[in-house]
Amino acid sequence: MRTARLTDRMFIALTLLMAGSVLAVTTAILIGISGGASQSLQQFGLRFILGQEWDPVREVFGALPFIFGTLITSAIALVLAGLVGVGAAIFLAELAPRPLQALLSFVVELLAAIPSVVYGVWGLFVFAPFLREDVVPGLRAGLGWTGLFRGAFYGPSVLTASLVLTLMVLPIVISIGRDVLMAVPDSQREAMLALGATRWETIRRAVLPYARSGILGALILGLGRAVGETMAVTMVIGNRSEIVLNLLKPGNTMASVIANEFAEAATPLYQSALIEIALLLFVITLIINILARLLVWQVSRGTLVEGRV
Amino acid sequence: MRLNSGFTFRRSIRSIHATKSVLLSRLVTGSGMACLLVLAACGQSMPGPTPTAGPESSPTAQMSTGGQSTPTSGAQGGASPTNTPVQVGNPGARLLINGAGATFPAPIYTKWFAEYTKIDPNVRFNYQPIGSGAGIQQITARTVDFGASDAPLTDQQLQEAGASGGELLHIPTVAGAVAVIYNLPNVPTGLKLDGETLADIYLGKITEWDDPAIKSQNAEAASNLKGDIVVVHRSDGSGTTNIFTDYLSAVSGEWKGAVGKGTSVKRPVGLGARGNAGVAGQVQQTPGAIGYVELAYALQNKLTYASIKNGSGEFIQPTIDSTTLAAEGVSVPDDLRVSIVNSSKSGSYPIAGFTYILVYRNQPDAEKGAALAKFLWWATHDGQSMAKELDYAPLSPELVRKVEAKIKSLACGDSACYK
Repeated sequence: MRTARLTDRMFIALTLLMAGSVLAVTTAILIGISGGASQSLQQFGLRFILGQEWDPVREVFGALPFIFGTLITSAIALVLAGLVGVGAAIFLAELAPRPLQALLSFVVELLAAIPSVVYGVWGLFVFAPFLREDVVPGLRAGLGWTGLFRGAFYGPSVLTASLVLTLMVLPIVISIGRDVLMAVPDSQREAMLALGATRWETIRRAVLPYARSGILGALILGLGRAVGETMAVTMVIGNRSEIVLNLLKPGNTMASVIANEFAEAATPLYQSALIEIALLLFVITLIINILARLLVWQVSRGTLVEGRV
Repeated sequence: MRLNSGFTFRRSIRSIHATKSVLLSRLVTGSGMACLLVLAACGQSMPGPTPTAGPESSPTAQMSTGGQSTPTSGAQGGASPTNTPVQVGNPGARLLINGAGATFPAPIYTKWFAEYTKIDPNVRFNYQPIGSGAGIQQITARTVDFGASDAPLTDQQLQEAGASGGELLHIPTVAGAVAVIYNLPNVPTGLKLDGETLADIYLGKITEWDDPAIKSQNAEAASNLKGDIVVVHRSDGSGTTNIFTDYLSAVSGEWKGAVGKGTSVKRPVGLGARGNAGVAGQVQQTPGAIGYVELAYALQNKLTYASIKNGSGEFIQPTIDSTTLAAEGVSVPDDLRVSIVNSSKSGSYPIAGFTYILVYRNQPDAEKGAALAKFLWWATHDGQSMAKELDYAPLSPELVRKVEAKIKSLACGDSACYK
């Protein structure tokens, strides 16, 4: 009895230590990058976030073009991957015959295991020329009026980066979405079918609502990858620090500029500015996670209220 | 966005909820955990949600070395060809000399370390090609025995290093050049450009290949010059960009005023591509493109490059020999911090620069200092004969004499390190 309690206590202490280490590491990272960013924070203050100029020679640093680039590429990737990914997850979980399901699931997981630099090389040498020759002329003709597809297109651009990101986010959304949908108990479907519902109605009204917070979780993990992705984006976005609402033009992201310039950043202020971008990236990720929590909370609270009706 | 659809689901399923409410609420309130569990279940087949930059940097190295045969020349790929430390020498050797810095000279340094440790088996080397900026930092923090940089230190950087370890010496080791590559299907070779035109192209003032400024320099190809110019530059900070912008600053007052020189600069126009390989790839797949890469990279990959007008008015092809001539055409100051762009020596190629090893004059460890001095002497004498085969330009004899004086001035305690 006594030894059992002792081992229990040791076990609890051990797991507590492990859980605590996550918190400790996160705190250490936050303290580290805050310290590194302090010079830039003092020098530029709020101008750093709102400034549009990034001039390492004159040491004028404003991060707005990078923030803009990160947000717009991630948002496009999330919308496209969300639409395609949830659709694919529904097919895999609900509709696909077994052998096809196994094959497709295997391919999806393969897609997830490809290193991002491979996506980058493929994006630059295969996908970008394909876009230039076969896709962009059509986009320009059909959607040119929106202003998002104007002017010359040379390959690396916000559009290319967003689409490559979509491909990278997609396997996450599909895999987790599929698992979440498959976790929906059969009683849920059976009840709906017993009411005389069609396949579509069953999925739409019984399965998806049941799984929605899990699907939301899948999308949020996908967004996390999109925001933090570095190498593939750097290779296909064109690395131009400019805010233009035109997807055919090159852009830049926060992760890209850090990866590109940190190794050769020779002055303390320059380095500090790059570290402050890392800090901003940290904060943006935090905000996204908090919003996601609120959203999940909102969704689940709604359900509870309805349940009592 | 997609996320909103959750709310419409909620409204439409009231009736079902009534029956399954208990189960539902339990699943949904536990959603965070369910999500985590699912994640853990998928974890083995999927990469984490937020990939870090670290493990990804080595595959890039493989990418940028593509198409090159020898492992040593492979590291020519650019600012971040590899972050793998170069460790050379007998592991049991008594003295370990640590260095860090520029990636551009990493292949020749690796070769030198390998050859030198055959002569002196008592030393071994550990060199980390982490970029000039990081190399300057490490030597300033005195965490390495020597630093390496593609650009000489600024006065401010020298002051900071001085405060840390006393006088820091610049030892030029080899020179490199930057080739201007282009993709004009109708002008397969022989494009000529002067510095001002090149600066105007990179400033975005000249945007068409049939601009009079370009045509007048290329009379025989004038009718084939047409179309938009697509400017390509390095997106990552690099010594190549430093030499290139140093040259443009030397030949164009407007460039100097609006942009300046540095490893990264504020670009008036153009697409940024990563590494020499990225720039070359972008130029090769974009008709009308112009870009710049290390000469060694251009030679090894047989790229099409332009002749550039030098300080004496000749259009010169970039070669190892024309790069060495550039180093002879300028007067070298006592501290050896020198820019050799736009040389007026006949036959010299104007976009060139030295790469340096940085060492403190006062060596704290006498034995190590002596070994380092001997190595530097060997590298700037016997080692120079290995430069050409790796596509670097050797130092001129005149410069070597100045380097000798620097090496002799290294002090180990009260006596000279080099004996």
